[in-house]
Amino acid sequence: MSLRSAVITFPGSNCDRDMADALEKVSGTAPHRVWHGDAELPQGLDFIALPGGFSYGDYLRSGAMAARSPIMQAVIAAANRGVPVLGVCNGFQVLTESGLLPGALLRNAGMNFVCRNVALTVENSQSLFTGGYSAGQTITIPVAHHDGNYFADAATLDRLEGEGRVAFRYGEAVNGSARQIAGVLNAAGNVLGMMPHPERMIEAEQGGTDGRALFESAIEALAAA
Amino acid sequence: MKVRVFVSLKNGVLDPQGRAIHHAIEGLGIHGVQDVRAGKLIELDVDDSVSDDQLETMCKQLLANMVIENYRIERLAA
Repeated sequence: MSLRSAVITFPGSNCDRDMADALEKVSGTAPHRVWHGDAELPQGLDFIALPGGFSYGDYLRSGAMAARSPIMQAVIAAANRGVPVLGVCNGFQVLTESGLLPGALLRNAGMNFVCRNVALTVENSQSLFTGGYSAGQTITIPVAHHDGNYFADAATLDRLEGEGRVAFRYGEAVNGSARQIAGVLNAAGNVLGMMPHPERMIEAEQGGTDGRALFESAIEALAAA
Repeated sequence: MKVRVFVSLKNGVLDPQGRAIHHAIEGLGIHGVQDVRAGKLIELDVDDSVSDDQLETMCKQLLANMVIENYRIERLAA
């Protein structure tokens, strides 16, 4: 299938090209590039990606301004219609700020920016985004963030775990995240937010290919649907 | 009218920034500070036409993230 995808660019996004490159390399089709001030998404999208970076300079809170930008109304509407939405790093922060995912991302517990490869455990291998992994598999994906410390109240964390909505967990201490959570799904399973950058691990020249299966999983699931 | 909005982290939300400040205070040789929590002060200059409800809305929907933060609105006499 030819994937109709879009990468949203906010002022201050800096991983949008990496995300577009990954989507093009894995799917064979270049994504639409959409600007934050646009009010509408291209018609008939199969996949939307919110990239990493420092949208609006992280003013107020990371992702807070971007979550209220014109294009996010259209992204929220698309997500609610079931269109898959992947938010990576700042994109994850935008998803929590917009209410598409529960919880919030706080300053790293150690106060430092963390930029390195980390081990992740695949907790849910049944989702749209993780079907190409096996449950319990350990993968290596880079993180690069200052505000990746996932927080939600205990009842929300219990619900997420009970419903299989923890997609990825850190295999090591990274940022103080509650229950080492690195990525979460929405209730319908079509929205995934994660701090690690799978788009930076899709070909050998990047030092590994553990992120590639995430994009392949989504594309295969969409082709089968 | 001047309005001040104080945004603070909810109880139970870890505040690494407050902890670092606490540590730095001890570095000044001043002891006896039991805890430090860092928040934000946002000052607004608003027309009289801005209602209390609108102030609440801007706090709930933008100025504070209700998952992790509380807010308090203080109106200052002109």
